[in-house]
Amino acid sequence: MPIEIWLIFILCVMIIASIAALEIKDILSSIIAIGVVGLGVSLSFLFLQAPDLAVVQFLFEIFALIILVRAFVKKEYHQHEESKTNLLISIVTIIVLGLLFLLSLPVFQNLPAFGKPLMTVSEYYLFHGALQTGAANLVAAIILDYRAYDTLGEVTVLFTAVIGALSILKIRSKEKNRETSNE
Amino acid sequence: MNKEPGMTLIVKTVTRISVWLIILYGFYIIFHGHLTPGGGFGGGVIIALALLNVLLAYGKDFTRKWLNIKLLENFESSSITLFLIVGIIGMAVGGSFLFNFIDKGTLFNMLSSGTILPLNIIIGIKVAMSLFLVVMALAAYNFDKGDEQ
Repeated sequence: MPIEIWLIFILCVMIIASIAALEIKDILSSIIAIGVVGLGVSLSFLFLQAPDLAVVQFLFEIFALIILVRAFVKKEYHQHEESKTNLLISIVTIIVLGLLFLLSLPVFQNLPAFGKPLMTVSEYYLFHGALQTGAANLVAAIILDYRAYDTLGEVTVLFTAVIGALSILKIRSKEKNRETSNE
Repeated sequence: MNKEPGMTLIVKTVTRISVWLIILYGFYIIFHGHLTPGGGFGGGVIIALALLNVLLAYGKDFTRKWLNIKLLENFESSSITLFLIVGIIGMAVGGSFLFNFIDKGTLFNMLSSGTILPLNIIIGIKVAMSLFLVVMALAAYNFDKGDEQ
């Protein structure tokens, strides 16, 4: 079976799951539907022969699922307020999205054929990467040798995010402890 | 029954047996990052998930006793410095930042690919510690009595 059919099938499942995640009233079922979307992304990476991305996407999906369940299931987020959607706004949104799609159609037609990105840069890495870096995994060769500076930036982003989260949460728990000790 | 923190005895026993295997698998993924799919990010998340497994099964008080959180914070902060030090050594040896200064070795060998292996290990430690510390901070912060105004 050609790979495009599998990809279209996975994309349909992801679209249905994201609609379900929006529409389901129960918060736990909604979180699980979000997990189905992430699993679809991971599977499509696997079908496109990118196991590195598939592994990382799958693991982060589990991680995000645990945090979401831990954070939201206990709380009283279960009640939904029925919001009235404005008819005019939805019509305008549909028209704008349709126009965007029609305008971007020529771009999609000019793209290279599926699975054939004949770029000089990637060809250079494919032919010279293993010899120049000595790494059998070309993805590792690119992210840690050719583009190691970008990886340093990513690590810095992670570091900053963790420091920010830790400092905010620590300040809040300290304040709360002070309040309880005063009582 | 609910006096003991954490989950039931079955979950605790399974966690006690499996957590080291999961951590070992994470280290395997990290150390073979230059040979097989995975690498520092994937292996780091596996280790963080193993520690998170302990946190979910045993509760946060046990985890805080079991692991030295201050030590993990120091690991987390120092790994980025190690990354920079590797880059600066490359600058001293080869003339450019993050230059691959170690011997490349033969392809498909464990000790090959120069600085890619140490950088993978550094990134693995970094990702594992930072993700686990965020979850620990979220667990320490009581969601149910948070400041919602």
